[in-house]
Amino acid sequence: MRTPLSVRIFQSLPRTAWLALAIFAAIAWIAIPAAHLLLPEGHALHVSAYTVTLLGKILCYAVVAVAMDLIWGYAGILSLGHGVFFALGGYAFGMYLMRQIGTDGSYGVDLPDFMVFLDWKELPWFWIGSDSFLWALFLVVAVPGLLAFVFGWFAFRSRIKGVYFSIITQALVYATMLLFFRNETGFGGNNGFTDFKRILGYDITSPQMRLVLFGLSAALLIAVLVLGRYLVTSKFGRVLAAIRDAESRVRFIGYQPTQYKLAIWTLSAVLCALAGALYVPQVGIINPSEMSPANSIEIAVWVAVGGRGTLIGGVIGAFIVNLAKSFFTVSFPDYWLFFLGFLFIGVTLFLPDGVVGLWRKLRGRRPAPAESDAPAPSVATKGAKA
Amino acid sequence: MKTRRSFIKALTLSASLAAMGSVSSFAQAADTIKVGILHSLSGTMAISETALKNVALMAIDEINAAGGVLGKKLEPVVVDPASNWPLFAEKARQLLSQDKVAVTFGCWTSVSRKSVNPVFKELNGLLFYPVQYEGEELEKNVFYTGAAPNQQAIPAVEYLMSKDGGEAKRFVLLGTDYVYPRTTNKILRAFLHSKGVKDEDIMEEYTPFGHADYQTIIANIKKFAAAGKKTAVVSTINGDSNVPFYKELGNAGLKATDVPVVAFSVGEEELRGVDAKPLVGHLAAWNYFMSVKNPTNAAFIKKYQDWAKANKVPNADTVVTNDPMEATYVGIYMWKQAVEQAKTTDVDAVIAALGGQTFKAPSGFTLTMDKTNHHLHKPVLIGEVRADGQFSTVWKTKEPIRAQPWSPFIPGNEGKQNL
Amino acid sequence: MPLSVPHLLRVFLLAVCCTLGSAHAAPSAETLARLADDDSDTRIAAIAELGAEGSAQSVALLDALAGEALALTGAGRLVILTDTGALDAATGEAIEPYPDDADPLMVNNRIRNALHSAKAATNIRATDRATRLAAAQLLRDSASELLMPILEPALAVEQDKEIRAILALAVARVNLASSEPAKRILAAQRLGDSSDASVKAMLAALLDTNGNGQFVEPDAEVRAAAKASMQAIERRLAMADLASTAFTGLSLGSILLLAALGLAITYGVMGVINMAHGELLMVGAYATYVVQGLFRTYLPEHVDSYVLAAVPVAFLTAAAVGMLMERTVIRWLYGRPLETLLATWGLSLVLIQTARVIFGPQNVEVANPAWMSGGVSTYADIVLPWNRLVIIGFAIFVLLLVWLMMQKTRLGMFVRAVTQNRAMAGCVGVPTARIDTLAFGIGAGIAGLGGCALSQVANVGPAMGQGYIVDSFMVVVLGGVGQLAGAVTAAMGLGLMTKILEGWAGAVVAKILVLVFIIIFIQKRPQGLFALKGRFVED
Repeated sequence: MRTPLSVRIFQSLPRTAWLALAIFAAIAWIAIPAAHLLLPEGHALHVSAYTVTLLGKILCYAVVAVAMDLIWGYAGILSLGHGVFFALGGYAFGMYLMRQIGTDGSYGVDLPDFMVFLDWKELPWFWIGSDSFLWALFLVVAVPGLLAFVFGWFAFRSRIKGVYFSIITQALVYATMLLFFRNETGFGGNNGFTDFKRILGYDITSPQMRLVLFGLSAALLIAVLVLGRYLVTSKFGRVLAAIRDAESRVRFIGYQPTQYKLAIWTLSAVLCALAGALYVPQVGIINPSEMSPANSIEIAVWVAVGGRGTLIGGVIGAFIVNLAKSFFTVSFPDYWLFFLGFLFIGVTLFLPDGVVGLWRKLRGRRPAPAESDAPAPSVATKGAKA
Repeated sequence: MKTRRSFIKALTLSASLAAMGSVSSFAQAADTIKVGILHSLSGTMAISETALKNVALMAIDEINAAGGVLGKKLEPVVVDPASNWPLFAEKARQLLSQDKVAVTFGCWTSVSRKSVNPVFKELNGLLFYPVQYEGEELEKNVFYTGAAPNQQAIPAVEYLMSKDGGEAKRFVLLGTDYVYPRTTNKILRAFLHSKGVKDEDIMEEYTPFGHADYQTIIANIKKFAAAGKKTAVVSTINGDSNVPFYKELGNAGLKATDVPVVAFSVGEEELRGVDAKPLVGHLAAWNYFMSVKNPTNAAFIKKYQDWAKANKVPNADTVVTNDPMEATYVGIYMWKQAVEQAKTTDVDAVIAALGGQTFKAPSGFTLTMDKTNHHLHKPVLIGEVRADGQFSTVWKTKEPIRAQPWSPFIPGNEGKQNL
Repeated sequence: MPLSVPHLLRVFLLAVCCTLGSAHAAPSAETLARLADDDSDTRIAAIAELGAEGSAQSVALLDALAGEALALTGAGRLVILTDTGALDAATGEAIEPYPDDADPLMVNNRIRNALHSAKAATNIRATDRATRLAAAQLLRDSASELLMPILEPALAVEQDKEIRAILALAVARVNLASSEPAKRILAAQRLGDSSDASVKAMLAALLDTNGNGQFVEPDAEVRAAAKASMQAIERRLAMADLASTAFTGLSLGSILLLAALGLAITYGVMGVINMAHGELLMVGAYATYVVQGLFRTYLPEHVDSYVLAAVPVAFLTAAAVGMLMERTVIRWLYGRPLETLLATWGLSLVLIQTARVIFGPQNVEVANPAWMSGGVSTYADIVLPWNRLVIIGFAIFVLLLVWLMMQKTRLGMFVRAVTQNRAMAGCVGVPTARIDTLAFGIGAGIAGLGGCALSQVANVGPAMGQGYIVDSFMVVVLGGVGQLAGAVTAAMGLGLMTKILEGWAGAVVAKILVLVFIIIFIQKRPQGLFALKGRFVED
């Protein structure tokens, strides 16, 4: 008999995990808002606007890391271009934010400032509808989703694997970055979008709006974790793991790896895009540097630091790396790259399964089979493969 | 998933730590004034911005040695936004809301300024921006100590069209593909039209960031220049690409006497990375050159060189000063004077007191902060590259000129000069 | 080089000034005063006078002015500054004490142009062929009616064929505006030998019609000659265009190849995704910089050969850094290729920051040695820069080196053996661990050579490697991992393609199109251009 979906989702996580998520939700939705709004500034437990924005930003990164872990940790697809989906989601929502500025820009007209500057008299066709919140949400999902689908369809159909896939995703993100740098592309060139004023008519700098965005980021992270967990424990997830470990054999058994890979790839891209859409109003700027190849590599770094193939590892990695970055760039501005560099080296050398792996080792548990690399001594000789 | 719990503990711990940190900063607040320095020390922009951090620290040391401001010492808070534009906004928020700095000196690229502007507006901070830029902006919380286009680009092109500048009739507008070159070139095109230069005599070319191969572009410039009229190149190529551009220019045999190149982003610091001998005669337009001869400048250079040696800056024996460094230095002193006049570091009072401040700058001119538009009145100097990587001034304005952040050559800007 | 090297110039000046005979009348004090005038027109007239006069003292004065060694003291006395002291410009006597307040006279491009013409007018009578040739070229480019009194006598006495041809072109350019149709026809025909686009513009102007529909050039015969010559020039220019695109493409391709070759070994052969590859390029470039500094300090007379010394130093330094990386980090990660990506990314951050701490965040100056500066003028005035020619040659040299090392040495054989079957190689006694270290060291060393080459065309700074890492990976992947021939084809193909597209669509769009091309190409050939065929590639 078929178990209802809700039950299956519920069963995919152990009870302790649900408890942890509940505590997390309580902190994000009740404790932090209360500490931010109710406690006066200077109080020992006051959470400042700076902290809320910083945590909100890292929550978005955590979503991206989990999305990355879904394809890298479970399907063995290493993307070095996930920044493109994140940024496209951000741009799609940024268009809406730009239109919400209305006539408050420097030129006092309805067009975004950079268009006035380019002598454009009306919105280009791809901006049509960008003043509608719902259309913006649709674009946030549809544009990166479509790009991922088309790109993935061609790439997986041609059976591009391993490093080749990684490199062409890098080419994709690099090409898109160059495209968005151009002023004529119609997305503000190098400056991108900034100076946002409001969402749905509400002031974007108000504490309430900041908390709403923060709460939404936390909600998205919870949803992504639950969804991810459900997927990887389902039959779909097991086929993915099989593809990761021996794609040819899966093919011989009669599965179509292409469809499985395409599905998880597109889903991962859409999750990144949602994170991007929440990220932009919180940090207040989106520009092409989000698509620089280095940023995309960093996403993989978060996952590796936290522990690949664990979902929660991405979250932990995103928090560790970004908090370390925020701390070191202030305390040791001249030396923070050393710390970051040695952190990455140290983690790979001494914590091959990331922080989560270390935790498990300390608890004396062997890593679950689905999360370990298949020992393959010949890999090094055949070129890297994910 | 157990990590959650320890995470909560860590969160509480860090919150209390942060609280303790803020308490201690309150304790300090009595005897120091905090000054934020927001320049990239890593990433692509470190190449230009590190020197600005150095000169700001030097000025602060100097002010402290002379007794500080309002009887308090200045305490620099240096952060590294790492050439990452969203990080600029985050660090600005941190400086303003956690460290409670009285003033911030920072940013180089336009995009970093655009990124922090909303934060300074929201938290009513005070930012001094020291780099020449494209204008089209005026914020209450920002003071611009670099040049607006009319204080750099337009005089430079006027010079090229003058007899001594070679009476150029054809222009190549060459830049890196981002907003500063685009805006400057747009203003220049309108300006050239107003001088009767036709569109067919203007060639506009852009290259991506970090472009390193200028062979094709230089071949195109050669072709364009061969049409019989005197041609000049106006370059807004951004820092890193200049070395390959000038190397190629020198090797392709395009001499300054045939096709002069006037650059707006190439100064003493950039020329440190190039062998300047093949570039002799190419031009740059700035508001200050290290080679300017006057006692103020000699003292400024000496102070910086001594500071660099004392603080073990790499290559301290060859450090140079340049225009944005001078602008940073002028900005710090203008802020000090305004604070002393207002007798408080309160942002609104200081903003009110800043208008009309004057300072004898290393450029040899006495600069005035405009009463209304938050820009300095600056002299314009045009220099030719010398073999030693310095500039010899071939033309300069008699007086400092007033900035026009809203260029009259962009339609729709009439009557937008003031705050 | 338009300007004399100041040091040489001053020695020369000293000699000239000390031996000034009374054979030549000294330039008048009035002319000298005009040289220091505020008005450029007055100064240019004075320069022209001095040039026409051509006495040794005048030449010395002009050279001093060009070298910014002619200065005005506070008392208004014109002096020539030398390394050892100051000489009075009018008399050539040494001045004691040294005038501290002497300020060199300003020289702008207009003055410099006048100086060049004046020098050329003198030099066209020189005995040295090279000097005459340079002067003739300069006169050709600035030929005007005013220069005819110099050009015609020079042409009449000139024996050298090449210089004659140049002078004839110069005369023809002037004669094109002559009032006699016969002279004009001759001139128009003569100009057909030129390959200068500005001459084409001159000829085209003759064929234009003015406002009332009449030709600018009334004589039909002259027009016909002009048209024929113009077409000849056009043909030549079109060829030149094609040739120069091909050259720039090859040159870019060889730079890509040099940047990617090291990666072709570490990544292609050994399977290490080395994100710190760009930083190995940087190490090579900084090694070159340091060698240059050592030469400048200790061997200033041999400074031009610093590049030759830098080549092995760059190789060894980068190889040492690479082997250190392999020993400490990478060797623990064989078999976990994607984790090497992470660790080497960390290594690259550390290396960048190390360079920043040691050398400062600014770019450092690496000068082209004299023999790599400038260019060689070839067919139709295409200038092939020496540094690019040398780099193309260097790329071939490095490629040959790699090929020999991999195919002809014992070490290369071991590397190939370990690559193909590690366990079997180990069984027959190949010390696999040491081979790994050495192979990685060689790859890193090759990257160091690439960095040495890049220092001659591009920036040398802490983050320089970041700009090449993406391109390098593209080259290796497009060529097919582990394939040297593939890397060469891919680098050259990408170089040519970028340059062709750039001429057509601009640099930004060209770059985007090339990346899109790579994405599409990989769809067709998922294993790159030169994929290994057969069961070997299946997992």
